Amino acid sequence: MNIEVLGTGCSSCQTLETRVQRVVEDADLDGTVEKVEDMQEIMKYGVMSTPALVVDGEVKSSGRAPSVQELKDLLGA
Amino acid sequence: MIESLADWLIYGIAGLSETTHWGKAVHFFVYETVKIGLLLLIVTHLMGAINAVLPIERVREWIASGRLRGAEHLAASFFGAVTPFCSCSSIPLFIGFLQGGIPLGVTLSFLITSPLVNEVALALFIGLFGWKVTLIYAGSGILLGTVLGWGLGRAGLGRYVEDWVWEIAQDRADGDGPERKPLREQLPAISREAMEIVTGIAPYVLAGLAVGAGIHGYVPTGFFQEYLAGGNPFAVPLSVVLAIPMYANASGILPVVQALVAKGIPLGTAIAFMMGVVGLSLPEAMMLKKVMQPRLLATFFGTVGVSIVALGYLFNAVL
Repeated sequence: MNIEVLGTGCSSCQTLETRVQRVVEDADLDGTVEKVEDMQEIMKYGVMSTPALVVDGEVKSSGRAPSVQELKDLLGA
Repeated sequence: MIESLADWLIYGIAGLSETTHWGKAVHFFVYETVKIGLLLLIVTHLMGAINAVLPIERVREWIASGRLRGAEHLAASFFGAVTPFCSCSSIPLFIGFLQGGIPLGVTLSFLITSPLVNEVALALFIGLFGWKVTLIYAGSGILLGTVLGWGLGRAGLGRYVEDWVWEIAQDRADGDGPERKPLREQLPAISREAMEIVTGIAPYVLAGLAVGAGIHGYVPTGFFQEYLAGGNPFAVPLSVVLAIPMYANASGILPVVQALVAKGIPLGTAIAFMMGVVGLSLPEAMMLKKVMQPRLLATFFGTVGVSIVALGYLFNAVL
């Protein structure tokens, strides 16, 4: 599973990244977490608000930092 | 109701006197903290719900649809007001609108109003200044975005947008965004995020209220009328310039501004100052620098700044 956190470093972008890391570690998911900060890369996914969560190329959420519980559902943990 | 509760707590239970500086200050702090806390909770929940029903992708689709028949600038400005603003989202928004086929001027209408009128500012304005001033603030903010976006759109500034942006904008995007659950199921998440916003700004608001309370209690009424406000014809532009670096503490500054108004600073000057704090944000400028060439960036912030100063003078003359 290829997990990407899109965002340029606002506080909720950091919150999302931390939560995703935690879910992946706790559930021992087989996946990589990558932070994408380059604006041109971010725009390729067509998101209009950051932070956004992308799993295997599909945008799962944008404009907010979902809770740990919600992330577990989104990541199938 | 909250006022009588504060009266009872401060003057009754705590036994402070209404006539002492300390009593007045503590009363102001307790009363405003409860009132503003409630308003912040209500407004952030409301905005969260609006945003869940009307995600930005749908707003883009609606504005781009051509069904608005000339009201695009007004609509973009209005939606800019009801959409929560984060400076880090200004580029994705900017490019996303252009990708949707929305003209530059309409996109700028959105970008001007979005930071200017936001949920936190509205809650604080209602709490500190009442409905009338809040409506004047929000209304003039939306009008500013509408008119300036329209004007900037006609000025042919498209060539000052960075080339890579236009390249990306060639790939038309009109998606609906990530899948969303029905509003009912989103409510817990909306509430949790609203709480996160409120707890995030709480330290600033409390600090601002504490300073405001001090001013209310200890500075004599009309103090600034005598020493500052009345005499200086450049008070408005000066306050707007002073406002620019204060973006990070916007929510803490409003309570202090309210206290200053109560002591004689003219309301128009105060509104211009607040618009400068939130509307001329350096973090947003730093972000937009990546997509706008210096000329466009300067024109954008310059016209917004000058218009805010003009509004300040106007309000001082008529309010």
